Amino acid sequence: MVTATETKKVQIEIFRQDTPESTPYWEKFEVNYRPNMNVISALMEIRQNPVNADGKATTPVAWDMSCLEEVCGACSMVINGKPRQSCSALIDQLTQPIQLAPMRTFPVVRDLQVDRTRMFDSLKKVKAWVPIDGSYDLGEGPRMPERKRQWAYELSKCMTCGVCLEACPNVNSGASFMGPAPLSQVRLFNAHPTGSMNKDERLNAIMGDGGLANCGNAQNCVVACPKGIPLTTSIAALNRDTTVQMFKNFFGSDHMVD
Amino acid sequence: MSKEREFYWRRLHSLLGIIPVGLFLAQHLVVNHFATRGEEAFNKASGFMASLPFVILLEIFIIFLPLMFHAFYGIYIAFTAKNNPKNFGTLRNYLFILQRFTGIFLVVFIVWHVFETRFQAAIGAKEVNFNMMAEILSNPWMLGFYIVGVIAATFHLANGIWSFLVSWGITQSPQSQRIATYVTLVIFLALSVVGVQALLAFV
Repeated sequence: MVTATETKKVQIEIFRQDTPESTPYWEKFEVNYRPNMNVISALMEIRQNPVNADGKATTPVAWDMSCLEEVCGACSMVINGKPRQSCSALIDQLTQPIQLAPMRTFPVVRDLQVDRTRMFDSLKKVKAWVPIDGSYDLGEGPRMPERKRQWAYELSKCMTCGVCLEACPNVNSGASFMGPAPLSQVRLFNAHPTGSMNKDERLNAIMGDGGLANCGNAQNCVVACPKGIPLTTSIAALNRDTTVQMFKNFFGSDHMVD
Repeated sequence: MSKEREFYWRRLHSLLGIIPVGLFLAQHLVVNHFATRGEEAFNKASGFMASLPFVILLEIFIIFLPLMFHAFYGIYIAFTAKNNPKNFGTLRNYLFILQRFTGIFLVVFIVWHVFETRFQAAIGAKEVNFNMMAEILSNPWMLGFYIVGVIAATFHLANGIWSFLVSWGITQSPQSQRIATYVTLVIFLALSVVGVQALLAFV
């Protein structure tokens, strides 16, 4: 190793919390710099040698991670104020001291670990799947136009990371809003030729508690989404769909799914 | 108000903000503008509005009840948000926050404004006319309060039209929403000029 890189340090400040109920606190760390480091490799350095910037021994920092290539969403955290994936957050591109905090819109489990269960509950609530189970072979579904498939693929990139919920001012402990991610999934599955056979069920689900109407159009979600999903377009499109659904529900209709 | 029904409450809140409350605001500012043509013209116009048939019913059903619902549900909406302009300094996020701040301010302003004018007339203490407004606005603090109030109202309406278009699914694509931003900006500027010109005519 070159001497110069050995002496270079990375300053990291972590908003830590020992248990779900305990008071959070900032702790500073200094990590030896290596070229091409990301936030996760810096956290791994701390885990190897859990000593804070004052030279005192401390507990290793807890965080979640899995794929390390920005497709699983597990390692999301707030880095210098912005919610994003820590695997794709490169140390060279961040202002120091690098501040790491958990996405506090979710219940904090420990340190940078959060419990994203509410997102998965929301996906169940809005029926974000295509029901094809039957007692006999249902055969092939209708074909999807290729250009529509390409468009829908963008919506399918959602990895339930929770960044859009953290960015949204209307998703917080005082509100029941499910947030943009599950809503956009409703648009995805309602666009699917087989999925659309149950589209009224999904629309009615997002017209309930914590649903679509809670959106306040701050449009932070679309800016924050690491996958570039057009979340606000999805929300506006669902606003139109639910407007129509509202009238169908009120007056009755023979065209619930077409 | 049941949370399961909130979709309908939110849609009602959005609709009432435009029809009738927004329309009433535009009409109110336009009628006020008669003040720029002098005392007599204003008194004639406000006298005409006050002498409309069924005026009490019009006031209750077109102004008072929709405005009360919009205000009270709006306060609830404003206080459920956790603003984060520091981390997301986009135009839309600032407008989102301003919409909530102007909303809260307007509740205070409108309560005061109605108390000072319509309520005084209702208890027979004063008459709503040019002199009443000239007297109120002769205080420079009150003039400032009214100018801020009028601009807050025109902003809240213009930005509310933008949100209405999204909330009902009329503007969907980013391009259509951008165009709506420009159109509502023009509405904001036009109504602000009309409103503030009328206020200055009383001074």
